[in-house]
Amino acid sequence: MNNERIVRGEELENEADFSEERRFFLKQSVAMAGLSFLPVPFVTAAGGGDSSPGNPEPVKVTLTVNGTRHRLAIDVRTTLLDLLREQLALTGTKKGCDFGQCGACTVHVDGQRTLACLSFAIMQQSKKVHTIESLAKNGSLHPLQQAFIKHDGFQCGYCTPGQIMSGVSCIREKKAGSAEEIQEYMSGNLCRCGAYPNIVNAIMEVKNSGSQV
Amino acid sequence: MKAFQYLRPSKVQDAIRAVGSDPGARFIAGGTNLIDLMKRGIVSPDKLVDINHLPLKKISYQSGRLKIGALALNSEVAAHPAVLQKQPLLAQALHSGASGQLRNMATMGGNALQRTRCPYFYDTAFPCNKRKPGSGCAAVEGINRMHSIFGVEKANATQSCIAVHPSDMSVALAALDAEVIIQGQGGERRIAFTDLHRLPGNQPELDTTLERNELITGFEIPDNDFGMHAHYLKVRDRASFAFAIVSVAAALDVKEGKINAARLAMGGVAHKPWRLFEAERHLLGKPVSEALFRQAAALGMRDAVSFGQNDYKLRMAPNAVVQALLHAAAIE
Ligand SMILES: Cc1cc2nc3c(=O)[nH]c(=O)nc-3n(C[C@H](O)[C@H](O)[C@H](O)COP(=O)(O)OP(=O)(O)OC[C@H]3O[C@@H](n4cnc5c(N)ncnc54)[C@H](O)[C@@H]3O)c2cc1C
Ligand code: FES
Ligand code: FES
Repeated sequence: MNNERIVRGEELENEADFSEERRFFLKQSVAMAGLSFLPVPFVTAAGGGDSSPGNPEPVKVTLTVNGTRHRLAIDVRTTLLDLLREQLALTGTKKGCDFGQCGACTVHVDGQRTLACLSFAIMQQSKKVHTIESLAKNGSLHPLQQAFIKHDGFQCGYCTPGQIMSGVSCIREKKAGSAEEIQEYMSGNLCRCGAYPNIVNAIMEVKNSGSQV
Repeated sequence: MKAFQYLRPSKVQDAIRAVGSDPGARFIAGGTNLIDLMKRGIVSPDKLVDINHLPLKKISYQSGRLKIGALALNSEVAAHPAVLQKQPLLAQALHSGASGQLRNMATMGGNALQRTRCPYFYDTAFPCNKRKPGSGCAAVEGINRMHSIFGVEKANATQSCIAVHPSDMSVALAALDAEVIIQGQGGERRIAFTDLHRLPGNQPELDTTLERNELITGFEIPDNDFGMHAHYLKVRDRASFAFAIVSVAAALDVKEGKINAARLAMGGVAHKPWRLFEAERHLLGKPVSEALFRQAAALGMRDAVSFGQNDYKLRMAPNAVVQALLHAAAIE
């Protein structure tokens, strides 16, 4: 490790983390967030006096994505969205606006839906990230993916991964009680094609079916 | 984006020292405002001090005060039983802000310290005294439909700033007599939330009265008798996920048909959350009625000015005050 040369973007380690639970329940993770005080060391990274813009020293981050633990060397400026798309080749998560305004980049971090475009990857140390790629299991689509197809929940499909990640949270967090409640919950996910009513119907159907999401 | 040094301290004093020792250093919490500004080159820190591992997430209720750590997430606070029970106005205001994803990331401290959304602050091709002191204010004669009607002198406006503070949460905290707990290198100090943000004057580059190396550690809200007689009204361009054009936090304590205490604050109208102290005083001791609310709203508008595209706010603002008061009084 001492003479290790880290090439930017190089994956240092990659192991399946079988202990990890796919599903997080809201209550549990909220309680954990309230209590957790991670003993993270005082980390110094990138530069240290050398503030030469274009070419900082890579920094290391370890995080779990869709059940696989990754140890990566990254440019300190990398967002979680760019890390997923450019370094882990998980291109299901979309870049719409890159400024928090559209929801196309919605992923789950420690079970909570967040925006990957407004997070630095280095700040996701030790976190568990789930993307749209985690939903289908053994070749069969997730019930909400199926329902989007059935209800025409998309046209161009660009917003769809973000819509589905939010939709899954909507059902898990029990906020799919009525069309109005779903609309308010889903307001952070814009759809230029205007598939909104069909998206609401898809979420309603899965919620009413009682399927495990 | 300029590269930066990244630190992840676990002690409050380490974080404060790390920012204090470097003029280019900034705290980062949820990052939802700072990363946005860094991507656009409006803020370019040399060093980011990640405060998410400081023990400042707790929400508790103790001896008549609701205490909320600076790192509690907006979504957690809005759903917390003690907040819903003791200060429902704060929960309403938080819930009306941004989107569900953003509320899962945004912290209380970061929300209070978010920068304005004025398009000229964001567009580096235009003059903006807030972004570049002394360059002028393009909004005075430009696109200003979202801009201030209070706290700025018309004659002096181009040397100052007519941008508004955009936070919904801040409006509720101003109305609820919240206190801000601030930790600096020298120790702790407490200020009224209404003294956190400042008017632009001749230094519009300063949003608040905080020193650069001071850390907000939490907020405290004293008990009140408003109960459920509190309402946050937000007028916006679409039904959800949009900044306020005008917003009103109204809270009333009505005893035997008469107003015993009242709080009124507005958002989207000034460089800081705008308390309507005179209107509040006018309500005291009088029986609840729509006519009374209209008088109070008119008093609140006495010093208002407008800049063309935001002329409509001179009528929208008092109407919003009346509506919010009617809701709070449960007349509507
Ligand atoms: C598309 C979009 C829509 C939005 N709509 C709304 C809306 O309708 N209503 C609304 O109110 N808000 C809205 N917001 C703003 C959002 O609420 C803020 O971005 C968020 O609250 C900022 O919190 P944060 O923790 O992410 O702050 P950060 O981005 O981490 O920090 C913001 C600033 O505060 C400083 N800081 C953070 N914490 C502390 C502390 N404890 N002590 C000292 N300094 C600190 C940082 O240095 C930085 O300068 C919207 C944002 C987006 C992107
Ligand atoms: S890409 Fe993240 S919100 Fe649009
Ligand atoms: S399906 Fe095209 S943007 Fe939503």
